[in-house]
Formats: sequence, structure tokens, C-alpha cells
Amino acid sequence: MHPVVRLVGQRLGIGLLLLLAVSVLIFVGTELLPGDVAQAILGQSATQVSLANLREQMGLNDPAYVRYFRWLFGVLHGDLGTALTNGANIRSEIADRLANTLFLAFWAAIIAVPLAISLGLIAVRFRNRWPDKLISGVTLATISLPEFVAGYILMFLLTVKFRVFSPISTIFPGMSLGDKLYAIALPVAVLVLVVLAHMMRMTRAAILNVMQSAYIETAELKGLRPFTIIARHAFPNAVAPVVNVVMLNLAYLVVGVVVVEVVFVYPGMGQYLVDHVAKRDIPVVQACGLIFAAVYIGLNILADVISILANPRLRHPK
Amino acid sequence: MNDELARLIGFIDAGGMSRRGFLTRTAAFGATAALATGLVGGAAYAGEPKKGGILRMGVGGGESTDTLDPALAANKVTGAANRQWGDELVTMSPDGKVEPRLAESFESNADATQWSFKIREGVKFHDGSTMTADDVVATFKRHSDEKTKSGAAGIMKGIKDIKADGSTVIITTDGGNADLPYLLSDYHLIIQPKGGVDKPDAAIGTGPYKLKSAQAGVRYEFERNADDWDQKRGYYDGVEILVINDSTARNSALQAGQVDVINSVDPKVAKLLSKAPGAKVSAVAGRGHYVFIMHCDTAPFDNNDVRLALKYSIPRKELVDKILDGYGSLGNDIPINKAYPFFDEALKQRPYDLEKAAEHYKKSGHDGSPIELIVADTAFPGAVDAATLWQASCQKAGIPLTIKKVPDDGYWSDVWNVKPFCASYWEGRPVQDQMYSIAYLSTAEWNDTRFKNADFDKLLLEGRSELDPAKRKEIYAKMAEILWSEGGVIVPMFNDFIDAYSDKIDGWIEDPNFELMGGKVSHHTWFA
Repeated sequence: MHPVVRLVGQRLGIGLLLLLAVSVLIFVGTELLPGDVAQAILGQSATQVSLANLREQMGLNDPAYVRYFRWLFGVLHGDLGTALTNGANIRSEIADRLANTLFLAFWAAIIAVPLAISLGLIAVRFRNRWPDKLISGVTLATISLPEFVAGYILMFLLTVKFRVFSPISTIFPGMSLGDKLYAIALPVAVLVLVVLAHMMRMTRAAILNVMQSAYIETAELKGLRPFTIIARHAFPNAVAPVVNVVMLNLAYLVVGVVVVEVVFVYPGMGQYLVDHVAKRDIPVVQACGLIFAAVYIGLNILADVISILANPRLRHPK
Repeated sequence: MNDELARLIGFIDAGGMSRRGFLTRTAAFGATAALATGLVGGAAYAGEPKKGGILRMGVGGGESTDTLDPALAANKVTGAANRQWGDELVTMSPDGKVEPRLAESFESNADATQWSFKIREGVKFHDGSTMTADDVVATFKRHSDEKTKSGAAGIMKGIKDIKADGSTVIITTDGGNADLPYLLSDYHLIIQPKGGVDKPDAAIGTGPYKLKSAQAGVRYEFERNADDWDQKRGYYDGVEILVINDSTARNSALQAGQVDVINSVDPKVAKLLSKAPGAKVSAVAGRGHYVFIMHCDTAPFDNNDVRLALKYSIPRKELVDKILDGYGSLGNDIPINKAYPFFDEALKQRPYDLEKAAEHYKKSGHDGSPIELIVADTAFPGAVDAATLWQASCQKAGIPLTIKKVPDDGYWSDVWNVKPFCASYWEGRPVQDQMYSIAYLSTAEWNDTRFKNADFDKLLLEGRSELDPAKRKEIYAKMAEILWSEGGVIVPMFNDFIDAYSDKIDGWIEDPNFELMGGKVSHHTWFA
């Protein structure tokens, strides 16, 4: 078997084991939350009778491990169960929400990743001169700004002062792609601002590291143009650390954008998860947790594989 | 009365009183809100209703866990959504009276133990079936069934029997209940075909708008019900409810013209928003109030002097000014205010009096150990700040109040109605009997102050079956007096409902029953 295939197989196996462990952790975590589902659903309007009825109906009286294995069995059969709170089918609910989240993450990534890498390359080309300082200064400023502040500032300027965009990014089935893109313009802008600096700085640092190597000096002595040296000779050797940071940011775009979702009223996974945590809707929390964990683990495996493929020494081990 | 009206109108012209102040004062001497509003330049009734347009509402307070089953409606968004497609038998009018809706009329026997509701004829559900007395009976049975999860289960508890007799529904209660029609205006009790037993969240009702699409926690879409039984409402072609939980996002959506009306405006920005171009702010004094609750059976709160010391030490005026930014009114340690039908003005307002507080505290013989108040911001907006202000004034009176701030998560299950001293809120109920019955009767499940007073209980039951308004008023005055002097509840303030709407909307009425015109903004307004 080719060593790369074996390696990928190993990673996938470990990833699955990790997912299983995560599902146990999530379950234990939800068990430790104060209060119970029935109380959380009925809130202040709970009475003893309605509480007892609701608990019985939801099977909350069974021991924890029974409920865990019942759920795990369902998941392995592609059934995420129904939400305890409103009886909705979790799989179809999550499918909509996840599609929205991926839609937003996709457009943010497709702008942010090339932009960050190009800015990193430009920063190296003009290192320690004004373009480098300007790029670093601006991106570090935007990453330091909390997301909701950036969101509110953009909202105030571009929706209230000048009515260029809409402050509410709610998208729903039946909207055309153009309408959807218009609706998500502001959250995409905020997300780009937030993830830009991390990737840009890593690109810059990794390439600068490589720039000290002897073969770069050779390239310079060959008389190549500085930008060609950076893009053709330095960058391919700096791909591994950059890919890792890019994946980390992509994972963040999928699982960590709840604040942006709230500010722009975007119906993604984050708000969905938060609502269900507050209501102790354990099946939904577990499903979301599992999906988020899968996204993290999957993107990290992808990063590893790309790093290996990008490195001839790892690609062809002796 | 006419002289009094003339005086008040003069006041407004002179700029001495807001329209809202005018309404509250006229209500006090019995002029109806409609009459009063008509007198003030008739602004709200300026144009004739026009049909057309889509009303877009930005409503906060929804979650992706929501369902359209009216029995489980528990937040502002589901409340607003259900108002579009459903009707109750009766509803509360803006002037606090019961108005027949799907019931044409109602009456009771002499001791208020049996009520009969004549069901309106020719009303059709959205699915084309005709509404009958049987549907009403089935609906009420679903909410009062022993296995029900309905939020209205508590108020249906006193009902012994429900039956249909031709086109009349006859309801028999345990002991008399003069307030039954008020109770049936509860927002959970929307009449559904066959009681909605088979598909409770189908959103099939008799309302002015039909459901087109629903995404919990995101968006609801409605279209006009052309066959609505009541042609004097529902002027829009459709209604769109966008769930916007973030207060700032709601404000900017209104300012940017993306929605036409929003609810729950933060009092701190209400004044600014009212100056924004194109936006109008409506603040209405309702029955909702913020409370600090002490368990009367737990030390040190079992000592009435400790309770009184705390009651005198709370800076009510400062709390209304700083926590509500003036959008509210002083509370008087009873859960009742002017918005209630049998409110008695005679009870004097408890002053902010640190000397008296210190005096009661000394008399209580309390050992000086810290008195711990548990708060979280979920108790009411600004609860933690309110507690801090209160603590400062307690220090001046020598009362060792300490604050324990806890997370919002789990507050309603682990602190409220469990711990002896914490912050909370009540949305209020349409009538005294109901408010007192759910939280101040000895045996009430939500007796969150553990207040047990035999005289109070006796008066409550007496008042419930009393049909003579004068006598009822007297009874409720006595009860207020007892609660005021011995109760475990501290009511520092009543909060206003604050909504904001676009100036394109005409026909806005201030309705003290709930925000968004008692939920009926899409029924009774139109685009000018």
C-alpha cells in the first residue's frame, strides 16, 4: 500500500475514534448543565403536573447511559432524532442551517484566503517598507476589533447612514442567488476582516523563514525578479504552516460565528445551537456538537494531508 | 367629567403633558381610551384604513426551538405569530374591557358558577370548515386535559365542565368565577378546528392572515385571509415576521426601512430612536412589573420588620429613572396598578425613607449577618444594576445587603421560586383575581414569596364570585392593604412596553395589554 494512502487511512481512523470520544464528552457536559429540559422548556410557566407530563413524554426518566446508547444507535443509522423542544426532525432542521452556515463560510473563505495569502506575499516582497507596515497595521487592527463592534460599525455606516446594504441578513428558500449574496455582504465583510490577519501574518512569517535559505540566494543570484522568487520558490516550501492556519480559520468560519449570526440575524448553526443549549435540548446539542467536531477533525486531517503532499520528503519517504 | 377633560386637553396643548400621560389620567376617571384618543387631535385615527402592502415586523424574543402550537407559546415571537392566524373567544380591548370575538356574547348565572358563550355563526377556519361550538369545546378540553402541557393549564384548572349546547358553549366552574371571560382571553386559548388535537401546530385558525411559511426562530410569512369573518381588520396583503433578537439589529432594521415595526426597544435608546427620521416610538404603561421576592417563611425574611426595612430602603424613583430610563412608573409593593379594572387609588405610595428603614431594621433584631440577594440579568433587563443601586442605599440605612450575581442559565429552575431572596419579573394578568391567584394565594404553585395569609385567601375567594363591581373593588382594596403591609414582594417599578414603528404606518393605538398593540398591530393599522 502506498504510504500516503496508509497515512490518510490512519488519520481517518483516529478521527473517527476521536469523534466517538467527543460524543461522550458532549453528553457528559450536557448532563452537568443545571436544570432539566422540561423546566427549561416550560420556563416560568411550569407547573408540577405539566413538568411531570413533559418529562415522561420525553423519556427523561431513563438513566443517562440508556439515553446515550439509544442516541448513538440512531446516529449510526443516519437518524439524529427529533428535537425535544418542538418535535422537529433534527436532520432536516440541521441540513437547512448547516447549508446556510456553509454558504456564509464559503463566500467568506473564497474572499479571505486568496486575499490573505496575496497580502502576505506582498508584505514579504516589501518587507519592512510601508506596504508591509500598512498591511500588518490594518489587518491587526481589524482582528483586534471584536466582531460585534466591526459589525455594528459597518451596519451603521452602510445601512443606516448610507443605505447601501441591508442590516438584516436573513436568507430563506426561494431567494435568488443574487439576493442571497446581497443579503450576506455585510457578515461576509466582517468575517473577512476577522480572519484576514491571522492567515496573512502566518504567510508572511513562513515565507520569511524560507527566505533565509541558500537556494533563495541562488535564485536571487540567477537574477530572478523578487516576486517570482517569493511566489515560485519560497511559497511552495512554506505551504505546510500556512495550510494549517487556513484550516483553523475555515473551521472557525463554520463553528465560531455565532456573534456575527446574532448581529446580522443570519439563520446559521451558531444561533441554532445556542437556542437548544439554553433549552437543554440534548439530542440537538449533541448533533451540533458532533457536526462541529467532525468539521474540526476533518479540516485538520485535510491540512495534514496537504502538508504531506506539498512536501516531497514526506511524499516519497525512503 | 367634561370639565376635567377640557382641563387635560388644555394641558396637552400647553405642552404640559404627553399623550400617554393624558390617556392614563383620563382612564382614571373612566373615559375610554377611544374617546380620549379621539379628543387629542385624533392623530391615531387620522386616515381611513387603506388596504395593501406587506407589513414587515422585526420581533425579538424568538428561538429556533419554537413551535406554532398555541398551547406551548411562551415567547414574544410565537405570541405575535399566533395572533396573525388565530382568534380567542374573547379579547381584551385597549381600555381593559373584555370584548367578544368568536363568541358573539356571553353571560353568567347569578353566582357566576356557570357561563354561557354564544358562538358566532358563519365563521370559517382557514381550511374551509365552519367553526362550531364543538371546536371550542375541543380546544378548551385540549388545554385543560390532565396530560396537557399547555401554558393555560393553570387558568383552566378551576373549570369543572365544558359542554356544547347547540351554538352555545356552557362552562361550569368550581365555585363562582366572575372573571372567567377575562381568563379566556389568554393568548394560548386560540380556537382551532377540532381543538387542534391532531395537528396542534398546523396554524389553522380564524385569524385575518393565513400562514404561508414558517421557519422557527427565523421568519414567518402570512397572507391575507380574504374570507375573514371580521372585515374591519387585516388591511395588509400579508405579514412577514422576522425574528431579530439583537436589540441593536432591530433598531437599525427599522431605521434602514427593512422592517416597519419592532418590539422591545431598549429604554436606554428609546429617546434617541424617537428622534431618528421616519421612526416613531410608542411607550405604553402595562401590567408588567419587576420584583424582588422574599420567602416569608425563611429567616431572616420571616420577620416582617426585615421585610419592611427592605421595602423602605429601595430607591424606587432612582430605579425608574436609571433602569427604565423613565419608561415606567413607581411600584407600590403590590402587583397591581392602574391598568387593572378594580384598582383602588386609596392605598398610599410607599416612600423611599431610609430613616424608617433603619428603624424597622433595628426593631427586627437582625444579627447583622449579610442578607444575600441573588440576581441575574435574565430576571429583568438591568436587574444587576438595580440591585447595586439598592445595595448602596441599604448601606446608608445600615442594612447589610449583599449581591450574588449568578449566570442566566438555570436561573428560572434553580433560583426563582427556590432561593429565599432573588429578583424576578411578572408580565401581569388582566385581572386582580388571576394575578393574586397564581402567585399570592397560600396554595398557589408559583407563590414565589411563600406568602400565606388566611384572611387574604378568604377575601380572594369572596371576590372571585362577587359580581357587584363596587363590592369587588372594596375587597381588592383590603387585599392590597394586607399585601402592602405584610407581603414578601417588593415591587419597585412597573415597566412600559416600548415599540417603535415607521411613520408610514397609520392607525396605531396604544394598548396596555401587551406590546405591538396587544399583538394586533397587523389587524388594526395600515400604510398611510
